[in-house]
Amino acid sequence: MAHVDLSKKSASELRRAIQARELRAVEVAEAALQCIAERNGQLNAFISVCRQPALEAAAAVDAKVARGEELGILEGVPVAVKDNICTAGHPTTCASRILANFVPPYDSTVVRRLRQAGMVIVGKTNMDEFAMGSSSETSYFGAVHNPWALERITGGSSGGSAAAVAAGCVPLALGSDTGGSIRQPAGMCGVVGLKPTYGRVSRFGLVAFASSLDQIGPLGHHVEDVAALLQIISGHDPHDSTAADLPVEDYTRNLGRGVERLRLGVPKEYFIEGMDADIRAATEAVIQFYVEQGCRRVELSLPHTDYAIAAYYIVASSEASSNLARYDGVRYGYRTQGAGDLYSLYARTRAEGFGSEVKRRIMLGTFALSSGYYDAYYRKAQKVRTLIRQDFERAFAQVDAIICPVSPIPAFPIGEKFDDPLQMYLCDVFTLPASMGGVPGMSIPVGRTRHGLPIGVQLLAPHFKERTLLDLAAFYQRHFPEAFDLVK
Amino acid sequence: MELETVIGLEVHAQLLTRSKIFCTCTTEFGRAPNESACPICLGMPGVLPVLNRTVVEFAMKLGLAVHATVARSCRFARKNYFYPDLPKGYQISQFEQPLCVGGHIDIQPNGGSKRIGLTRIHMEEDAGKLIHGENLGDPNSSYVDLNRAGIPLVEIVSEPDLSSPEEARAYLLKLKSLLQYLEVCDGNMEEGSLRCDANISLRPKGATALGTKTEIKNMNSFRNVQRALEYEIERQRAILSGGGTIHQETRLWDATQGVTLPMRSKEHAHDYRYFPEPDLVPLVVDEAWIVAVRATIPELPDEKRQRFERDYGLPAYDAEVLTTSRPLADYFETAARRYPKPKVVSNWVMGELLGALNRSGKEIGACPIAPENLAELLQLIDAGTISGKIAKTVFEEMFETSASPRAIVAEKGLTQISDSSAVERVVDEVIAANPEQLMQYRAGRTKLLGFFVGQVMKATHGKANPQLVNDLLREKLR
Repeated sequence: MAHVDLSKKSASELRRAIQARELRAVEVAEAALQCIAERNGQLNAFISVCRQPALEAAAAVDAKVARGEELGILEGVPVAVKDNICTAGHPTTCASRILANFVPPYDSTVVRRLRQAGMVIVGKTNMDEFAMGSSSETSYFGAVHNPWALERITGGSSGGSAAAVAAGCVPLALGSDTGGSIRQPAGMCGVVGLKPTYGRVSRFGLVAFASSLDQIGPLGHHVEDVAALLQIISGHDPHDSTAADLPVEDYTRNLGRGVERLRLGVPKEYFIEGMDADIRAATEAVIQFYVEQGCRRVELSLPHTDYAIAAYYIVASSEASSNLARYDGVRYGYRTQGAGDLYSLYARTRAEGFGSEVKRRIMLGTFALSSGYYDAYYRKAQKVRTLIRQDFERAFAQVDAIICPVSPIPAFPIGEKFDDPLQMYLCDVFTLPASMGGVPGMSIPVGRTRHGLPIGVQLLAPHFKERTLLDLAAFYQRHFPEAFDLVK
Repeated sequence: MELETVIGLEVHAQLLTRSKIFCTCTTEFGRAPNESACPICLGMPGVLPVLNRTVVEFAMKLGLAVHATVARSCRFARKNYFYPDLPKGYQISQFEQPLCVGGHIDIQPNGGSKRIGLTRIHMEEDAGKLIHGENLGDPNSSYVDLNRAGIPLVEIVSEPDLSSPEEARAYLLKLKSLLQYLEVCDGNMEEGSLRCDANISLRPKGATALGTKTEIKNMNSFRNVQRALEYEIERQRAILSGGGTIHQETRLWDATQGVTLPMRSKEHAHDYRYFPEPDLVPLVVDEAWIVAVRATIPELPDEKRQRFERDYGLPAYDAEVLTTSRPLADYFETAARRYPKPKVVSNWVMGELLGALNRSGKEIGACPIAPENLAELLQLIDAGTISGKIAKTVFEEMFETSASPRAIVAEKGLTQISDSSAVERVVDEVIAANPEQLMQYRAGRTKLLGFFVGQVMKATHGKANPQLVNDLLREKLR
């Protein structure tokens, strides 16, 4: 069998080669599985691999080609799925002991759409436990290692998906983003990651962390592939009332055109004291590039940015404290042994089943919702959220997109901030506001620090204007393809 | 010091929708445990609720019927607590923004009329059920049945406007009747489709501030609501009269012992941490929807009662009883159309018919006597075909067999003897057979007429036309 190097081909090239019978989908799937087998020992990017179902799905694509049928836009392309997205008949653990043995009887809506589109799901990716983290270190299955520097974090929480793409094992992956969990690891691993508008993609089957913020989105090597994957997963879903009943734009046709006339906002609050000098310089260079191409730079202010972290940790933790109440050892998942009464069944199951970061957030959220504190915390945080949303509305009255860094620092060594939750929470300072505002955001690789670590730049757009992000990103990739190179 | 009672009721009513409130599982009763429990009912990871619009319509229907204001926008909220019958660790309910606010229900205690204010009506999901292992599997285990989890409920909260257990009972019966008229709930308290909790306190007569209340739960029949409240009033009165203070708490009614007992404090020390349900968008109700739902509301008990008094000339009491349930009112109207003497029909329905139904434990919907047949029976009496006395026998036979009265009268030969020559023959025989009594009658003991009538009726097995027997006897005894 010819060896296929997935890091050298985009998803659309793979699809074209399969359609042209230059490659068989089964070979492509084998190549992805082979890469995972070789690299996962170092990276710990995958919690589980779906070898048999992947080969069967690929064989079905080959059969379709053999029948002379036309393939869909990503048919036959291998894809990795974050392990908080339910896959029928295959474990979905959320990287938690409490769900380590959980096999959902249903597919999430996005996974159903991947299957309908003929994509080949090769494995479930590692992450922070219940997506709570910015480093992919809190997993019950151990930390994910950055392909660019194995002793460093990938960012999180979708670190496994970002690492799987960065290592060249899959051209595309699904992640989820609650406060930056797609954009930040994409930035730290040098790949493309897009958090859609809240409501663009169905959350049905995404194990909830913070329901009002969670959103599934694509990560990938190439912008056009990310656009195609977004096309497949987007749209209304009768199983999710919060999924917007709005038509889905064409994300793939003529991608990267018309960028030259766009007005780009540069928010002063995103260039702060203490941020990495290389990241600052790289971000400025990208802005300069767009300006040279004809974009207009607009200086602006998003005045409530500073309050985003505090408000986010109240809202997200409050929702999490309620969303995670169902893990009680009664119906599924981990159950403690030998509990003598109901209270100890609950207390011990949860004490043994959850990791410390998850417990911290459950306690924080429980406190914020408690009677007597609700107004001071939860209600006030919701008001702040409204103000942040209004910041974006005002900004987007003047500009078509906002450009800013993804993260103030590049990937740091594993363990460095593990015991310092506040330092860790600060990593999300540039990604949280877009989550709170519900606007779409994208991270694209734009270069590397003097130490060779990837730098990402973040693009933000008004609600449901994912197309603007994709156009800007595709335009950039066309001019700087080397910035998107994967680790050698 | 004279004390007065203040009661407010919180009633939960199960709605008769075909599917559950947040998934498509059936609400059908009597399935095997967990047969109607999908991943959404089980609160599995990643599943989401989707609101059943029929639930909203049923709740709106009730709200409109009790003159409540239907909110143009309302929200669901999560009520958080841990219990094995609550799969998600929270109940989806409504808190700060319920569907209906205000409204009232009029009751007629002791012939008067009183308006009971409503605070709110909101929608929520039911929890599952725990079955303890005594009769099932391991006696030391508890089992969870989630068939009931997600069955739609409305909670109807009254103002503290009720001032006696009788009023509470009247309010509950009126609410039940309304729910049944609207066909949104079957109103069965014993089976739990209607559940009632009460808040009750006493205060010096005429005071405006409320006294310390207790909440009474676990009253699973109309009678138990009244008994529990009567007990609790006396309990509180005894404490207050002795100079003590009421401890604010939740108490359970124990129907066997006939007492209310405090719930263990652990069971109600909840902070429910309500917050808006982020998985459901705010529910928007527009004018067109309200208009459409209003159009489905039938004539309600109060209007029907007034119409029965006005159009049929029935006494208030009759109208009240006949309109308690829609099938009963319909029964009466069908019978009264065929036999247009409404008060006679009313007497038979309220007396014989309700008595027989009560004795046999049947509902009016399962009544063996069709209203047309009842009307026919009354016509047979008027036509002189049978006597009123025989009619009662025929009625019993009708109730047994569902047969038509004509068929029964024909089959059993019950037709009244109105042929005067036939009756005259029997009268002559009876007089001849009782010379002693004849002498006494003629000597002035005219009340012996009854004796002779009885003898004639006996000899004719009750079939002789009583008027004819009387006339003939008076003439011949003279």
